[in-house]
Amino acid sequence: MDAFSQLLNGFAVALTPMNLLWCLVGTTLGTAIGVLPGLGPALTIALLLPITFKVESTAAFILFAGIYYGAMYGGSTTSILLNTPGESATIVTALEGHKMARNGRAGAALATAAIGSFVAGMIGTLGITFLAPVVVDWALKFGPADYFSLMVFAFVTVSAVLGSSAVRGLAALFFGIWLGLIGVDLQTGQARFTFGLPELLDGINVIVVAVGLFAVGETLYVASRYRSGKDEIIPLSGSLWMTLEEWKRSWKPWLRGAAIGFPIGAMPAGGAEIPTFLSYYVEKKLSSKPQEFGKGAIEGVAGPEAANNASAAGVLVPMLTLGLPTSATAAIMLSAFQSYGINPGPLLLQSQPQLVWGLIASLFIGNVMLLVLNLPLIAIWVKLLHIPAPLLYAGILVFATIGTYGITQSPVDLILLYLIGGIGYLMRRYDFPAAPVIIGMILGPLAEQNFRQAMTISAGDWTVFFTRPLSATILALAALALFGPKLYQLAVRPKPDHVPGDA
Amino acid sequence: MTSGSQEDAPLRPRPAVGETIIGAGVLVLAIVMFWQAMSIPVSPLYAKVGPTVVPLMTAAALGLLGVLLLIDAWQGGWQTEEEKSATPDRAALLWILAGLVLNVVLIGPAGFTIASTILFVCVARGFGSKAIVRDASIGAAFALVAYFGFATTLGINIGSGLLETTIERLIGVEGS
Repeated sequence: MDAFSQLLNGFAVALTPMNLLWCLVGTTLGTAIGVLPGLGPALTIALLLPITFKVESTAAFILFAGIYYGAMYGGSTTSILLNTPGESATIVTALEGHKMARNGRAGAALATAAIGSFVAGMIGTLGITFLAPVVVDWALKFGPADYFSLMVFAFVTVSAVLGSSAVRGLAALFFGIWLGLIGVDLQTGQARFTFGLPELLDGINVIVVAVGLFAVGETLYVASRYRSGKDEIIPLSGSLWMTLEEWKRSWKPWLRGAAIGFPIGAMPAGGAEIPTFLSYYVEKKLSSKPQEFGKGAIEGVAGPEAANNASAAGVLVPMLTLGLPTSATAAIMLSAFQSYGINPGPLLLQSQPQLVWGLIASLFIGNVMLLVLNLPLIAIWVKLLHIPAPLLYAGILVFATIGTYGITQSPVDLILLYLIGGIGYLMRRYDFPAAPVIIGMILGPLAEQNFRQAMTISAGDWTVFFTRPLSATILALAALALFGPKLYQLAVRPKPDHVPGDA
Repeated sequence: MTSGSQEDAPLRPRPAVGETIIGAGVLVLAIVMFWQAMSIPVSPLYAKVGPTVVPLMTAAALGLLGVLLLIDAWQGGWQTEEEKSATPDRAALLWILAGLVLNVVLIGPAGFTIASTILFVCVARGFGSKAIVRDASIGAAFALVAYFGFATTLGINIGSGLLETTIERLIGVEGS
């Protein structure tokens, strides 16, 4: 493996003054949007997608990766001080972290979160360095049928397994796939689902959908419930220097969290929620003071925060090596690759070594920057939490408008944005996940392309997906992931309290 | 569907109105998709893997999911008690909606800054802010910074109107 020498070349790319500056801008912006409720990395990167027309690809991805990692760091600050997790992956951090803040130990909670994020981010990035070439060797053997099956597997896990309901997750996914189908079919030149509107021939821009769901939909949802509860910001309290005991209680959870988070994130299934919950559960089991859990146990912050960041790093492995995004943010990064005419996949490491290794090296650098940004400078970020909600959300919507109207200067895009925002509001209210929409929209057309290639190779024989061993295995796993939990439930727990009260 | 239990439900769960509408909406979308997919002309050259295969599969899947959602809805729905008991703040939503509509209507004729300022004020009002003058000045400043920031760094031309061109003339920048 010459991963190490490749990585050194990557550092040569990432350490140029301009790229260091992009990394600093990205990590700073990422921390800010992570701290601010209502803004996330998927939305921010979507709004910045037009930058791909102006800046060369390495710089753009260093910026995006900085935002991606930075948001993970910033999100924990909000969870701990405000108890409103910005992202589902930081729900667990809020459980113990907010209790710690209430007990006057906000400093220690923030410190263990930031250092844990750093340790896990470093381990996760090392994981990318050594795992990516291995996955590439393996992925080169994939044919179109195998790719299609792998995408089906990813579809099932991101929508059906990770959320609260398989039916709602899949409905969101297929809605996204439909959005991705709108426009001219590249293979035959036929217009599909354009309803006679010329504006739709080029397809719906992913910026419109991401911004509609994450900015407009979210704002409407927050506004509809705003008066019912006010958030209380816990002031910074306690020393940022952790005591010896806190260090002792933190370091093992950091390492365990990283060990749990990275492999799960790197699987083509992805998802940051499962590793954080798993880490929380493991720490609770292993803790010498389990009675503190629920009242502010530092292990409950250290482990899940590490797991969260390690899985964020892991998600980049299938994205860079297979072109398979398993989170909304990764899907939007994939569309950034597409806008450069680059197709992420097994050939990416060979065809774009500067880009890939420069990106990975910048992740190491970014982690160091983030540790500095998030510990000594934490007080600045806390100030961001004091921006009044009316101004914050008004600003978000104005930005959403710029990002969308800027693409084509067409009011049709604005109307679409607001329509999708309305759908996003309903989805939020009725507990449909938003990420599968984005993933379906980006990955759907690629899945269709592989599907049609496989069918063309097999001369229209549908069984090709089941006769190739690799493809058949992956499809079997997908079926297991989809129906397994239900069957397990039926087999193991026929408890009466689970059956609706029919006689 | 791990959350499919209905704790403390009355003897026979009542169909949930909101969820029924959502399920029906998904079903209607699937039917429209099916009808639209059928109208895509297919050349015999691509008969097996033509442009309609995946659209039809998507429509069929969404149709099935719509039916499953309707069944869920008739068995009492899936919203949590907390979500059900919180009635949405209609006034807030109306203010934001008004802002969005005005923005679409005005961004062409009046330019980005004016349209954005109005949107800003309406959204802030929806979130309970009553300081209209303060919000309007913050909104205008924000929109102007965003306009020039975006226009220069990203090279994007976002709807310039009277206000933008005047300022561009004043500071001697030629509008892009």
